[in-house]
Amino acid sequence: MTFTIPIDNGDSVKNAEADSQRTLYPYVTGTSIVAIKYKDGVLMASDMGGSYGSTLRYKNIERMKAIGKHSLLGASGEISDFQEILRYLDELVLNDSMWDDGNSLGPKEVHNYLTRVMYNRRNKFNPLWNTLVLGGVKNGESYLGMVSMIGVSFEDNHVATGFGNHLARPILRDEWHADLSFEDGVKLLEKCMRVLLYRDRSAINKLQIAKITEEGVTVSAILIEDILGIQSVQQSDCWC
Amino acid sequence: MDLNLDAPHSMGTTIIGVTYNGGVVLGADSRTSTGMYVANRASDKITQLTDNVYVCRSGSAADSQVVSDYVRYFLHQHTIQLGQPATVKVSANLIRMLAYNNKNMLQTGLIVGGWDKYEGGKIYGIPLGGTVVEQPFAIEGSGSSYLYGFFDLAWKENMTKEEAEQLVVKAVSLAIARDGASGGVVRTVIINSEGVTRNFYPGDKLQLWHEELEPQNSLLDILNAAGPEPMAM
Repeated sequence: MTFTIPIDNGDSVKNAEADSQRTLYPYVTGTSIVAIKYKDGVLMASDMGGSYGSTLRYKNIERMKAIGKHSLLGASGEISDFQEILRYLDELVLNDSMWDDGNSLGPKEVHNYLTRVMYNRRNKFNPLWNTLVLGGVKNGESYLGMVSMIGVSFEDNHVATGFGNHLARPILRDEWHADLSFEDGVKLLEKCMRVLLYRDRSAINKLQIAKITEEGVTVSAILIEDILGIQSVQQSDCWC
Repeated sequence: MDLNLDAPHSMGTTIIGVTYNGGVVLGADSRTSTGMYVANRASDKITQLTDNVYVCRSGSAADSQVVSDYVRYFLHQHTIQLGQPATVKVSANLIRMLAYNNKNMLQTGLIVGGWDKYEGGKIYGIPLGGTVVEQPFAIEGSGSSYLYGFFDLAWKENMTKEEAEQLVVKAVSLAIARDGASGGVVRTVIINSEGVTRNFYPGDKLQLWHEELEPQNSLLDILNAAGPEPMAM
């Protein structure tokens, strides 16, 4: 149930703010997400920052969340819109489990749902201001895809959002190959995240790495990365 | 610079919410401005939602008041239906619902703080846009810009009630010193399992910062006092 405070701004012919049910600009934003397919599934990395314009305002935001049993969603862009998307997905997963038919939503289906949501909002000139990365494994098949705020949607072996497109993807194009081991995959993502920390002003030095395999999702390891190297690792396996 | 008395009432504001070992302390300044004029120099920006949950309001005075009023109304009904006090999380989520769904029209940043029996003392920051962030401490309002560094330095986990309140009073006072949109007195509200305590700190109860002078009752006191020592050459 959504509750909107009723506001009458008049007709939308003369008054530009009249149909002001449109997101004009983001406030609290997350920066890049980088994700790759590897031997056992998908690896995804993000930092834990929430910027407010040029201020690095929040430093404990989790921008990757498990969806159902088989998927992981990472988001960059407006955090409040990401929180709203998580609510939509909660409802989707709940309704899916209420069928009680032994089946559960896979990453392809979640990706498709998100694509429809993002594209339809774009058509109404009221986008959810996010670029989403959806990764998962179901029945042995790995899946990795992306949806932008205007509804552009595709799959690939490696994806990145925001600055990651410019800084991380060239590295991934060069160094990614099929059947990467877990260690090589993590090292590759670390390399990307280090470059982003150097060159993206809105990046912070606190990261999260997530792993999705047939067994499930682990959003773990809050790494504190320093320019000189990895300083400390705190394991926190959580089925979020 | 014109007075512009038709400008919307805005609480430039400094608001703060801090958790401590046993509850939360909320703090705020007391200035409400209409353009460059101070419309109210003794406002109360820490508003009650339920017996155990309060909200600090910043940004547009009207927007923050109407959001608080709706949420107080919803929480009242929720408490009756639930049969027990509302939790801080639920209160924060209701504020979020209004803030997010009306993001294009509202200009208010809020800090929800309170105590409930399930999670103890909790603080939720709800900036522009309707993001909810649970934090050990939160700062909002125009004055908060001057406090990021201060909190990075001074914040510690598991403070006592006295330490937490002192931190809040110090911080609001520092922000008032530098932010033109913040001023007046410092108000605090402490919420824990025992209940709610309101405190009030006028200017003379606050510590002096850089280039601030001791308060005097009258210029006459200064003029009649002994002159300064002649300088030695």
